[in-house]
Amino acid sequence: MTALTRDDTVTKATAAIVGSGNIGTDLMYKLLRSDVIEPRWMIGVDPESPGLKRAADHGLTASAEGVDWLLASERPDLVFEATSAYVHRENAPKYAALGIQAVDLTPAALGPAVVPAVNLGQHTSAPNVSLITCGGQATIPIVYAVSRVVPVEYAEIVASVASPSAGPGTRANIDEFTKTTARGVETIGGARRGKAIIILNPAEPPMLMQDTIFCAIPAGADTDAIAASVKEIAADVSAYVPGYRLRTEPQFDDPAPTSGGRAGEQWARVAVFIEVEGAGDFLPPYSGNLDIMTAAATRVGEGFATRILAERA
Amino acid sequence: MPYSAELDVRVTDSSLRDGSHAIRHQFTHQNVRTIVAALDGAGVPVIEVTHGDGLGGSSFNYGFSAVPDQDLIATAVAAATQAKIAFLMLPGLGITEDIRQAADNGASVCRIATHCTEADISIQHFKVARGIGLETVGFLMMAHSQPPEVLAKQARIMADAGAQCVYVVDSAGALIMDGVSDRIAALVAELGDDAQVGFHGHENLGLGVANSVLAARAGAKQIDGSTRRFGAGAGNTPVEAFAAVTERLGIKTGIDTVKIIDAAEETVAPVLESNPPALDRLSLTMGYAGVYSSFLRHAEIQANKYGVSGAEILIEAGRRNLVGGQEDQLIEIAVGLAQRR
Repeated sequence: MTALTRDDTVTKATAAIVGSGNIGTDLMYKLLRSDVIEPRWMIGVDPESPGLKRAADHGLTASAEGVDWLLASERPDLVFEATSAYVHRENAPKYAALGIQAVDLTPAALGPAVVPAVNLGQHTSAPNVSLITCGGQATIPIVYAVSRVVPVEYAEIVASVASPSAGPGTRANIDEFTKTTARGVETIGGARRGKAIIILNPAEPPMLMQDTIFCAIPAGADTDAIAASVKEIAADVSAYVPGYRLRTEPQFDDPAPTSGGRAGEQWARVAVFIEVEGAGDFLPPYSGNLDIMTAAATRVGEGFATRILAERA
Repeated sequence: MPYSAELDVRVTDSSLRDGSHAIRHQFTHQNVRTIVAALDGAGVPVIEVTHGDGLGGSSFNYGFSAVPDQDLIATAVAAATQAKIAFLMLPGLGITEDIRQAADNGASVCRIATHCTEADISIQHFKVARGIGLETVGFLMMAHSQPPEVLAKQARIMADAGAQCVYVVDSAGALIMDGVSDRIAALVAELGDDAQVGFHGHENLGLGVANSVLAARAGAKQIDGSTRRFGAGAGNTPVEAFAAVTERLGIKTGIDTVKIIDAAEETVAPVLESNPPALDRLSLTMGYAGVYSSFLRHAEIQANKYGVSGAEILIEAGRRNLVGGQEDQLIEIAVGLAQRR
C-alpha cells in the first residue's frame, strides 16, 4: 500500500478511477498523459476484469475489492466514477464524507452539470460534478455559442451514435439520455426550451458520432456573429477533444410558415453540424461519444487538480 | 389475440400518422375528425393518429406539427365509434411520459418503433405501455436491411419486453415479394403464440398490396395500410385496394370494400391537396436505393434550397446507410453536393 507523502502530491493530484470497464480504461490512458493528475488506483469489482489487469500493467494499484477497500486505506484527491448511475448514488456520499472531489461520468446527475468549454470555472470547488451525457458534451457548447449572441427561444439537438458504442446502460434507459440532455441544453446552453433526440445507427464500418444542433434565432439576427461564435467555441472544445470538428459552415434558414415559433411569431434557424472522432486511446475512433466523455472528464479533473495544487503550494 | 377471432387479419390505417409526412405534419382537427369518421364507418378496426415521426416528433428535424399530436389523438378518440385509436412512438425521440399522456387522451394501441437492429432501446417503453393497460405493437423499421434471422431475434426482444405483435416494417418500400414472406415466416416461427406478427408496406416499388397479401399468407395477423396511399414516399399499401383484393381472396378484414373506396375518394383524397404521394422519380429511387420513405419531403426541401438533385441526396443517404430519424443529415449532404458543383 502506498503511503502518500508530501512530495508526490505537490506536482500532481492523485486520482482513483472507479469502474474498470471500457470507459474507465480509456480514461486511464488520458489521465496517464496529464501534467497535473496522477491516476494511482483502478477500482473494480471483478478480479478477472481486463481493465484491472491493464491498469496494473501501467503501474496503477488495481483492486477488485470496491470503493470500500479504497477508502479504508487511501485518500485520493479526486475520484472518477465510471460505473453506473445506481452505483454512483451509493458511492457519492462516501466520497463527500471524506472531502474527495468526484467527477461523475454516469447519468446519476447528483452534482452540478459541467461542460468544460462553458462553465467549468464556476464549479472547480464543487464536491461532485456531473458530465450530463455524451450528446450534451458535444452539443451544449454550440447552443451556448449561439445564445451568447442572440436569445435562443428553443434549441434541439440530434445525436447520431454508432450502435456498437451505445452500451447496455444507455439502451436500457434512453429516456434518461433525452431528458438529461434537454435539461442541459436549457440550463447550460442557455436555450429557453430544449429538446434532445438520439439515433443509433448500426452501419458497418461504424459511423463517427455526428451531432446536429438546431437553434431558433430571431428574424434578422447577425448570422456572421453567430457563425463566428460557433467556430470559436468549436475551437475551445477541440482543445480538450481533438477529434471534435464542424462538418460544414453553420447553415441559416429564414422564417417560414412551418419553421416553428410561439404565438404567431416565426423563427429563423441556425443548424450546426459536428462530428467527434475518438482519440483511439482504448476505445475505437468511431466511439466519439465515449471519447468526448473521457476527454471532458480529464479536462474537468485537471481543473480540479489545478485548484487543489494551487491551494497546496 | 387482441382482436376479433372472426377476422383473418386486422388492418391498421396509418393515413393520419404516416400520411402526416406527406402533408408535412399540417393535419388539422377537421382533417382528423372527417377521416376518422369515414374510416370508422367503413369498418377499419384500428386508426393510427400521430405526428409522422411519432409522439414528440414535432421539431426542427422532422417538421413542426400544425396541431399538437396529443390534441389530434383526443379528437380522433372522440370521432371513432368502433375503431381503436393507435399512436406511434420512437424511443430516443418520444419518452414514456408521452405514452402515458396518449393513454390519458383515450388512445388504446401503443406502437413502438426502433431501427430493426436496436429493439433493446424499446424495453422500458413496452413495460410502461403494458403496465397501463395499452395494447402494444413493436415496429422493426428498415426491415429490408437485415436478414430474416436477425429480425426474428430482434422481434423476440420486443415480445419479451411486452409487445403483443411485432411488425416487419418496410420503411424504404424496398422489400420484394419473397423478401416479405421469408421475414414474416421467420418472425412467426420465433414468436409462436407469444406475439402476433404484422407487416407495414410502402409503395416505392409498387408492391404494397402484393407484399401485404404475401405477408398474410406467411402468417401475419396485422397489416398496415393508408387509405389513398396517404403515407411517406410513394405512400403505404392502399387500404381500399387491399380490402378489395382480400375480399376476392376470401381473407376476412372486416372492412366494407365499397365504403372504404368511397371514403378514399370523397374524404381522404381532398386532404391530400395538390401533392399526393406518387410513384415518381424520388420515391422510386428510395425503394430502389433502400432509403427511409420519410426522407422524401425533406430531400425535396433541401434540393430546392441548395439547388441540387433530390435523387442524388437520397442516393447518398442510402450509401451512408442512414436510418430513420437522421433527417438532419440530408441538409449536410445537400451542402456537400452544392459545394462539389
